[in-house]
Amino acid sequence: MRPVAISVDAPQVSENLRRKVGYKFTFLSDPNTEAIRRYDLLHKGAGENGRDVARPAEFLIDRSGTVRWANLTEDLRIRARSEQMLAAAR
Amino acid sequence: MKNWRLWAGFVLSIAAFISYFAFFYQFPITRDVPWVNFILFVVATVLLIAGVRRSQRKIWSGIVAFLGIAVFAFFVFAVTVATRRLPPSHGAPHVGQKAPDFTLLDSNGKSVTLTALLASSPRGVLLVFYRGYW
Repeated sequence: MRPVAISVDAPQVSENLRRKVGYKFTFLSDPNTEAIRRYDLLHKGAGENGRDVARPAEFLIDRSGTVRWANLTEDLRIRARSEQMLAAAR
Repeated sequence: MKNWRLWAGFVLSIAAFISYFAFFYQFPITRDVPWVNFILFVVATVLLIAGVRRSQRKIWSGIVAFLGIAVFAFFVFAVTVATRRLPPSHGAPHVGQKAPDFTLLDSNGKSVTLTALLASSPRGVLLVFYRGYW
């Protein structure tokens, strides 16, 4: 299972974060919220300076492109735990 | 210090607030339900009330107690109402549905599609949408 993180951050911002924290996985940049809107995850005006951002969500997608597991939190503080995601990937 | 209860309660209330975001937020067990911070706030409130009761200067100590309890109230608001203000997301792909494809730039500025990611990941892809880093 390959983790892929998606946000509105510019590639350079994600690259800095990746280097700083040492994440090895892929970061994708969606500044125009194209993928975010396609997944119906737009949180209008919730970012810095009223910028549109993604609401947090996780999707496990199998090789055929089918969603196998999805988690849409009701609370920004509460995200999927790594054990939940690993269990879903099994 | 003459009225240590009042001041201990006030400091504890501030500490209970800050420690959630500075420390307890890191661990799911103390983040999802902030029980450690609630305990700290309850102790702080007991100390503040005891402080006011023992105080000779009720107005002054009452203000301190009010501020300490206001921090508690703000914390409750922050973790129950504020972080739950999320838009509905009925159109998000459900389990069993096809995940919509997309083309985005990776952190090196290279164009990447979901199809290509899946093709190179036999065990599938875990998409994690997040609010961004600032």
